Amino acid sequence: MVAERYKTEFQLYPYQKVPGQSGAVQRHPVVIVGGGPIGLALALDLGQKGTPVLLLDDHEGAGLGSKAICFAKRTLDIAHRLGASGPMVDKGVVWNVGKVFHGENKLFDFNLLPEEGHRNPAFINLQQPYFEQFLVEEIRNAQKQGAPIEIRGRNAVVDLTPYDDHVRLTVDTPDGEYHLEADYLIACDGARSLVREKMGLTFDGRMFEDNFLIADVKMKADFPTERWFWFEPPFKNSGQSALLHKQPDDIWRIDFQLGWDIDREKEMQPDRIRARVDAMLSSQSGSIPNYALHWTSIYTFQCRRMKSFRHGRVLFAGDSAHQVSPFGARGANSGVQDAENLAWKLDLVLKGIAPEALLDSYATEREFAADENILNSSRATDFMTPKSGISQMFRNAVLDLASRHDFARPLVNSGRLSVPCTYDGFAHFGPDALQGPAVTRPGAPCVDAPVGDGYVLDKLKQGFVILALGGDRPQTVRACGVTPRVVHIAAPSPELSARYLGSAGHAIYLIRPDQHVVARWASYDPKAIAQALSTAIEGA
Amino acid sequence: MPLTLSANIPDPDGFYDDLLQAHDGLSDAESHALNARLVLILCNHIGDRTLLRDAIDAAKTTR
Ligand SMILES: Cc1cc2nc3c(=O)[nH]c(=O)nc-3n(C[C@H](O)[C@H](O)[C@H](O)COP(=O)(O)OP(=O)(O)OC[C@H]3O[C@@H](n4cnc5c(N)ncnc54)[C@H](O)[C@@H]3O)c2cc1C
Repeated sequence: MVAERYKTEFQLYPYQKVPGQSGAVQRHPVVIVGGGPIGLALALDLGQKGTPVLLLDDHEGAGLGSKAICFAKRTLDIAHRLGASGPMVDKGVVWNVGKVFHGENKLFDFNLLPEEGHRNPAFINLQQPYFEQFLVEEIRNAQKQGAPIEIRGRNAVVDLTPYDDHVRLTVDTPDGEYHLEADYLIACDGARSLVREKMGLTFDGRMFEDNFLIADVKMKADFPTERWFWFEPPFKNSGQSALLHKQPDDIWRIDFQLGWDIDREKEMQPDRIRARVDAMLSSQSGSIPNYALHWTSIYTFQCRRMKSFRHGRVLFAGDSAHQVSPFGARGANSGVQDAENLAWKLDLVLKGIAPEALLDSYATEREFAADENILNSSRATDFMTPKSGISQMFRNAVLDLASRHDFARPLVNSGRLSVPCTYDGFAHFGPDALQGPAVTRPGAPCVDAPVGDGYVLDKLKQGFVILALGGDRPQTVRACGVTPRVVHIAAPSPELSARYLGSAGHAIYLIRPDQHVVARWASYDPKAIAQALSTAIEGA
Repeated sequence: MPLTLSANIPDPDGFYDDLLQAHDGLSDAESHALNARLVLILCNHIGDRTLLRDAIDAAKTTR
């Protein structure tokens, strides 16, 4: 029997017995373990490319409870490429005004005025179960159009044996166990990854541990759509920091950073939680609004990653490979980037176009990204929870100055917005022969900009692209059996020019299927483009 | 521009006096906090990351 480890918010893929459960063991090109945001995004991406994928999840849908709420622009851009972003952005909450408090005092307000000329906002707040639901809905659409994706709910992987050229799995279901084989197994089975455990692999790196009390409260009252963050909150027993922000459906997320040494049972008592929440919600108006506790839990967070994300035919993505503290919302956001980095590589390898070594570049690029995310969350943690007398002194000096002087505000760190990393200096990228704007240098993810009545990212879909800005329409090239699509934009918009041309009059970009820039040139040189394309597929 | 480590402050005695006077009557904790604020204000004024790194290195070298 498959154990139920948590309740589901939405039932998305109910268990159904399939013929593969009895009879001869079946071999699948790709098996994904885990239908969280990462496994779902990967399944959709691979299926849309025509690569058959089987996703196994031990539940039947999205888990109930407080998980990710903050989804950043890059995640929305990826979801847009996959056709799933519309309902996310429609449902999500956008906030721009934030307030920062230290104890009783308000230090400053800020307004995150969005940069113009992007399809998606800098981020939205949306409950993770919705994010998963919208991905599954798009998977259902893709299936209708023939995408070879299969999801099996209540299929728990309970054992595995890796071989040189495949992996053998034991899967438990309500009808008992069965076996199957995978050419490639992708472990998207979350922080407590069974795949990782069965393979005897551990986590490396710096550990940071803390307890957070998370209260999602439902409030119909007219409460401002702002983010409020407290350092050393003045409410009794509120710990080191506290955060309040809005989600859809009149739900507010409240986090209290309680510290390491706590009595969990006591902290979970509703009266005790209510006392804190009352104090927080009444702190600015003096009166306690009407609210109901919707969901409360205590979480511990850690910052660490696996040493290597690839172990032969088993690859790790998302929380199974890396975990970060929640400041800056880098868990799901970075995991979705893992999925998009892996999807096109696995697709090319399985189609026999790219050598298997391309998968090593998944590991090295995403390990680097995980380090960057861990660095960012560790820095935020160090600011919020000073580790020594002197760091406390500097932290409070920054907060004090920030209430009076603009210069100190950028030093205030309550978590930085999740942004994708740039793969500077990695082996699968080519030259910068344009010397254009830094934001679009080789290794960088393409930034959005208006083109006609759409956006440039709309055009960078379906495989490699040669993007020609200004100048004449170039011919495509061919290398390693791949022929990029040509996108020619004769008259770039001012934003597109500023982000891709700088002072140059025209440019040629080679762009990967995950929308990262491989290389760029001031003028068309088919030999150089073909060379860069082969670098992107076979390495330098 | 390299980090200035040659004499650069006009009226050195007057400056030193100002610095000490700012701490007059403060407890140790208040003095430390004042120093921290002063460091941050001066670092922001300099702004240049290379210069700041050189200044931190110069301060760390005690012999
Ligand atoms: C309170 C909280 C707030 C957060 N806030 C944010 C935020 O604002 N932004 C952000 O980006 N991230 C945030 N995160 C992190 C985010 O929730 C995770 O990074 C994200 O869920 C990771 O997705 P995943 O798909 O890797 O794993 P999971 O979401 O954990 O999914 C793993 C899936 O695998 C299944 N599974 C596990 N074992 C097996 C097995 N043996 N067989 C079959 N299936 C299995 C599980 O049932 C589950 O469905 C937050 C997390 C928490 C707890």
